[in-house]
This record gives sequence, C-alpha cells and structure tokens, in this order.
Amino acid sequence: MGKIFTTAQAGTLESSDIMITVVPAAEGDGVIIELESIVMAQYGSAIRKTLTEVIADQGISDIYMKAVDRGALDCTIRARALAALGRAGAVPKGEML
Amino acid sequence: MKNVIGRDIPDYIEEYGRVVPFAGAFNTLPTMQRQAPRVKTIRPGATKLIDSLEEVFKRIPVTDGMTLSFHHHFRNGDGVVNMVLATAAKLGIKNLKVALSSIFPVHAPLIDHIKNGVVTALDTNYMSGPVAQAVSRGIMDKPVVLRTHGGRARAIECGQLKIDVAFIAAPAADDYGNINGVQGTAACGSLGYAFPDAQYAEHVVAVTDYLVEYPLSPVSIPQTRVDYVVKVESVGDPKGIVSGTTRITKDPVGLKIADTAARVIQAAGLIKDGFSFQTGAGGASLATAHFVRQMMEQKGVTGSFALGGITGFMVEMLEKGLFRKLMDVQGFDLEAVRSIGSNPNHLEVGADFYASPYNSGCAVNKLDVVILGATEIDTGFNVNVVTGSDGVIMGGSGGHADAAAGAKVTIVVANLLRGRLPIIVDKVLTVTTPGETIDVLVTERGVAVNPRREDLKQELLAAGLPVKDINELKALAEKIAGIPQSLTTKNKIVAVVEYRDGTIIDVVRQVED
Amino acid sequence: MDLRRTMLFIPGNNPSMLQNGGVFGADSVILDVEDAVAPGEKDAARLLVAHALRNVDYGRSETVVRINTLDTFGKEDIRAIVPCEPDLLLIPKVETCADIKEALSLVIEAEQPGQKPVNLVALLETPRGIAEAYNIAQADKRVVAIALGAEDYTAALGANRTKAGTEIFTARTIVVNAAAAAGIQSIDTPFTDANDEEGLLEDTIVAKQLGFKGKLSINPRQIDVIHSVFNPTAHDIDWAEQVIEAIRRAEAEGSGVASLNGKMVDAPVVNRAERILHLARMLGMVKEAE
Repeated sequence: MGKIFTTAQAGTLESSDIMITVVPAAEGDGVIIELESIVMAQYGSAIRKTLTEVIADQGISDIYMKAVDRGALDCTIRARALAALGRAGAVPKGEML
Repeated sequence: MKNVIGRDIPDYIEEYGRVVPFAGAFNTLPTMQRQAPRVKTIRPGATKLIDSLEEVFKRIPVTDGMTLSFHHHFRNGDGVVNMVLATAAKLGIKNLKVALSSIFPVHAPLIDHIKNGVVTALDTNYMSGPVAQAVSRGIMDKPVVLRTHGGRARAIECGQLKIDVAFIAAPAADDYGNINGVQGTAACGSLGYAFPDAQYAEHVVAVTDYLVEYPLSPVSIPQTRVDYVVKVESVGDPKGIVSGTTRITKDPVGLKIADTAARVIQAAGLIKDGFSFQTGAGGASLATAHFVRQMMEQKGVTGSFALGGITGFMVEMLEKGLFRKLMDVQGFDLEAVRSIGSNPNHLEVGADFYASPYNSGCAVNKLDVVILGATEIDTGFNVNVVTGSDGVIMGGSGGHADAAAGAKVTIVVANLLRGRLPIIVDKVLTVTTPGETIDVLVTERGVAVNPRREDLKQELLAAGLPVKDINELKALAEKIAGIPQSLTTKNKIVAVVEYRDGTIIDVVRQVED
Repeated sequence: MDLRRTMLFIPGNNPSMLQNGGVFGADSVILDVEDAVAPGEKDAARLLVAHALRNVDYGRSETVVRINTLDTFGKEDIRAIVPCEPDLLLIPKVETCADIKEALSLVIEAEQPGQKPVNLVALLETPRGIAEAYNIAQADKRVVAIALGAEDYTAALGANRTKAGTEIFTARTIVVNAAAAAGIQSIDTPFTDANDEEGLLEDTIVAKQLGFKGKLSINPRQIDVIHSVFNPTAHDIDWAEQVIEAIRRAEAEGSGVASLNGKMVDAPVVNRAERILHLARMLGMVKEAE
C-alpha cells in the first residue's frame, strides 16, 4: 500500500507544464483530484484519467491532489505527478513508465 | 441549410434577416448601385466648430435606433467611442447600432450600454476582451455582424451598412473639418479604415484634441465631407495607440516556422524583382518577413510593394530600397507614423482601396504573398480566426479573408500544437476564411499544401521542403497531444460571420456556461 | 562514424523545450539534468527526461542525456535514465580513465536485457581532464567522442573567457589530437553569445579548422550556422570527386602514382577526399557510391 507523508509540490505554471500539489488524506477519504486546465474542454477527462492512473499505479488509495494545468502533454503530467508523490514521501514503485 | 463549404446555417436568422449563403470566394457578383448620402450645403462664414459632443448630438439630432460608426486606428488607446456612447447614454438615447471597425478591451463600457439598452446592435471586423466575452455569453439579443475589412468598406459603399453618424477620431484637424493621422499627440498614421465612413455616412463628425490653423495639411479626409468639428480634452492614450517598436519573436519554434515559410516563398519562385508582400504584425508572421528580407538582400531583389498593417520593420525595408512603395491601411508603431508623414513612397490607402471585392480592383489582388495566422485550420484548409479553443470570440477576420482571396500564394504559419491543442482539426469551430483561398500551412513539423495547388506542391518538394499531407500532420499532432474532445455550444447565434461579399460563411453560437 | 555537427543542449526541467527538441534538426539533442537544473529540481528533471525519452519523437536527432557527476546525483540519474534507452550519456567533468570505467559499470548494470548499448561522451572541463584527454578518449570502446567545456575550464585556470579564444587554444588542440589518436570524434565548446551570429560563424570556422567534428550548441538558432560550416561545400565535393577519379584512372592505367592538377595524390589526400564524400553522402549531397 503506497502512502504519502507530507504535503509536496512539483511543476510550474509555465506553458506546457502542470503544477501538482499533493496533501495526505485520512484513510478512507479516497482519491480527490481538483483540476484546473486551460484545455479543460478538450483534455480535462484525459488529464484526470492520467492522474488517477499514476496514483493507482503507486498503490495509493487516499490522497488529495490539486493540479493546475497549462497544456502539459501526458508524459509531462506523469512525470510531475510522480515527482510530487516522491517529494511527499511515496516510495516509487515499478518502472518509470 | 448548408452553404457551399458545408456549414449549417439557418435560412433566416432572428434579428438579422434572410441569409444569403456563401457560394464560393468569387461566385457572388454585385447587383447594386453605390448608395449616396443626402447632399448638403453650408453658407460662407458659418462655423462647423461645436463646443461639445452633447451639442453635436442635439444639432444632428442623434435619435433612437441610429447607426453610429467609428474607426479603430487608436486600437486599445481609443477614447472617442466611450466618450460618444457616454454622451448618448446621458441623453437617454436607446437602440443604437455601433459600427466600430474593431473592438478592444478599452471598449469594456460597451457592456453596460448593452445592458442598459443604449446599444442593441454591433457591427465590427474584430472583437477582443470583455465585450467579446460578454457577446459570446449571449448578452445581446441581436447577433453581432462580423465582417472583413474589405467587406465593411463594401457594405458601406453598397448600402448594406447605412451609417447615420460617423464619429471620426482625428489626431489632427482644422476648424473646417480637414483631418489627418500624422500630427498631434494621438498621431496614428494611416486613417484608411475611416475613408468609407467619411464618404458615405449621412453625417460626419471630426473629434479631435489637436486643432490647427486652417488649412490643415496633409489632408486624409477632406472638409467637403465633414459636417461638424468637436474639440475634446483627449481623443486617446498615445501609449495604447502606437507601440514603441515591434520586435520579432525570439521563440525558437516560431523562428523555425518563419524560416520554413520564407523558404516556401523562395521555392515558389516569388523572390524576384517586383515582389509584393503582406504580413501580420505578430509572432511568426513578422519573423517570416525578417527571413524574406534576408533572401531579398542576398539576391539583390527590389520588391514592388508591401501592404497592410505597417510596422517599423517594413519602413526600414522601404528606406533601404527593398520595396519601392508601402501601401498602408493601418500604422502600428511610431516608425510607421513618422514614415507615412514624410515619405512620398509610403502611401495611405482606404479600406475600400485595400480590400473591397466590389470595386474595379483592390490592392490585395496585386499581392504575390500574404502570411497569415490561424486559431484553427481544418483538413479542408478552412481557417478560424474568430473563436478560440474555448469557443469564445477573441478575434475576427480583419483583413484575413480579403488578403487570402487576393494573394497569389496564401501561407498560414502556425505551431502544430498551441500548448497542447492541435491546430489542425476535422472541422473548425467557426470558418472565417474558406479553404479554397488558403494554399499552404507551415508548421514546425511539416508543410501542408492545398490539393488545389499541385503545381506549388511540386515546387516545394523539389526544393526539399518537408511537405506532408494535412491529414498526416493532424494525426501527428494527435499522436503527440492525444485526441481532443470537441467543444459543444448552445444553440443561440451570437454572431454572424459575413464573407467579404456579404454572404454568410458561418455563425458563432453562445458558449456553454 | 555518426554525424555530430551539432549537439544542442535542452534544459531538462523545461517541458516545452523537451517536447519540441526534435524540431530543430540538430544532429544530437542533449537533455540536460546537470547545469541547467537547480539542485532542488534534480528529481523532477530526471523524471521529465525519463518520460520524454520514452514518449517524445526526436526525429533524426540522436538522444543524449547529460547526467550529474557521480558524486552528486549521477548514480540515480544513470539508474533512472539508462532503461529509457537514450543513445548516449554525456558525462560532465571527467578527469580520469577511472571516472569513465566507474560510470560505464553503472550503465551496464542499469541496461535492460536486449537494450542497445548506451555509449558515452566525456565532457572535459577541468585542467586534469585536459591533461588526461588521451587516456579518457581510449578508456573504453563505448566512449565515442570527447568534448571541451570551456566555461568551467577557463574558470579553473583563472583565465578570462574571451571571444578570440586564445586562452583555450591549447585545450582545443589537445582534445582534437587525443580524439584523433583514439579514433573517436572531438566536439568543440559552445559559443555562448546567442545573439552574435557573426561571432558564432567565426568561432565555428576556427573549430573546423582545428579538426573538431562538431560543436556543442546552446540555442536552436545556432544550428543552421554551425551546419553550414561543417558541411562540405560544392567546391569541396568537386575536388574530392576529382581525387577519387584520379586514383581510379591511375589504377586503370596501372600507374603507381596518381596526380591531380600537377600535385601528387597520396594517402592523406585520398583520406581527406573520402571523408568529404562520406559526409556528403550522409547529408544527401551526393548519391550513394555504386
């Protein structure tokens, strides 16, 4: 079971980047993702799906994540999410991909 | 009913009227006379100088339901539109149509006038800022009429846009109504967009903050068409009217696109003596001019003319002998103002001369190349410059559709991906410029040529340019970014997009909340 | 030998540059997690670069990652980056043959079964590195090139870095010679004034003259200029074809010695001509030899 221990942030508000903040949640709170994006209409669901996947792959079931997206590509979203989780104390699981 | 490029448009639009559908870039021919305003006279010794805008309103008199027109040479530094409409509001006038050739953020007070019923109709070629956003959200009952620069001139001349009072913001004027754009603190250069208004409005009012001794010279708009002259404290903010200097982009991707576009022009065999050229003022467009200039200098080419919105960069090319003439319908910076006021080879041209399709020949018809931007382009090469990726109005054709129709080679320069958004889509949200007038799309990952131009495609391939099918480029963009979901809109039509000939090429619908 | 006329640095913490890196036509792109990235962002940059390597198409550009030194973050960089299959690693501040061997053993450990071997480029940026240039160049067959990093080098010397470059003249010739002796490529230091196109041209001409095979680049705008210097000219190609033709004629006639324009065409001349034609073929400037 993956877990994070502190609040942490990765990414910037520059064009093509995404700023992700993660905060530990109580057991049973579930995965709560708050998403803002300049391409919400076109890619909102895709972004949410990616973030959910990364969290699930790391075995985390309870977490609060806020993401402010400036048109980041999928691989960037994954990299930033993993960076934030790593900084929050999650031990990275599996392949980088 | 579908028009000839497959856009779904009602036969009749509430508060607009019967729709004449777009039938092809050159297929709708004129069938009318030019309209003529009533003939006036003024006795010798009578004065045109009026103390205040309020007084002018009472003299004319301005009444409910009239059409007031304005030019946009002051861009986001304009002060006249707000002053005039504030006067109208103060006098309790309602249901005005405002025919302002472009609407900028500075015109935000329009929103209150719309809410209060002072203004109930807008007729314009370009909208950005709060007014555009409010229109997209459905604030108006009547759809906005969006035209091209050439189309507005045509509409005024041919009686489709009848102006009751033209308020001409005049950087400099004399007491008998002669106007120019090159003197005064609000000097803006060419006043070309105001020419049709001055020619055809029922009443013409010069609004100035710089009154000179009679007679003014040079004269752009003559006293013979001006009824009243009003002096005000300030017509606008010079910092918003002209920029210091316009600089080309430093963005490496933009520069790569510009370099490729210049190579397209060269491969088409156009860089030779007599070359004529138009480009936009921003980003990759201006950078393309930079690379074209280098090619011209290397080959010792003298161009015939550069056209359109003029910047210091073009002025430098004129002064270095790279072009013989500049034809200026809008000056963007101080250099353009300086040059038009002092160089006989820098010509001021009216919007009709520049781009109207219904006269015996406008300047865009003589263009070799035009470089244009796009918010979106579809696989049929139709271009959108009106609505952004969120469906909100953030622009308008301006001279886009005019220049695209006139030029021998029309090149759209754009990043394949804007942030994450692919610029190539199956169907653009709003068509401003039909694909038949667009020849080449240049992106950083390849060049697409309209299938109508097999000749051009062969020339580009022979020159080693990275020519790709537009569908291939679209697939590449989607591979990188993922397939975007399409936008949905509400049903209400908030703007009608007229092609340069007055036919309806598309409509803009209200955005979702 | 692979074409490495330009090796363009791309900051590893910049998503926009990472995703566009392949657009500029550089022979190699160097995704940089060392000097371009602040210490607090090394973890994030490592992840961005790893994901970029797996997902971004860099076109015809070879992918290189400049990792950190092994005594800072380099070991984690190698573990995370190598499985993502970059073509090369650029090892900074290499001082000895042992540095290369240490890095290489970590690389081999990190390589996945069946993965194409990741080769190395050593960046020589210190006086010791320059002194050991030949040893480093022939430390292992996986070292395919050595490059000069003049900014750090001149700082260590206590000399001013100038446009004329007199202070790095010896270091440059040492690097060229060491690479040539080891049979690998030498890559010149970047020209750091991104706005000075004429200065770049002059500096690159000097580099080519000294024998460098390519140049590090810090801005995409430099690519075309650098290529124009390293590309053979039509004149060069003509000359080279004439040389080869002269050799053929001599062989056909059974003559021992070939001559061109009154000058003897001996082995070094032929060598130079063949190199030019090889480069020209790679660039598509001439058709493939029959």
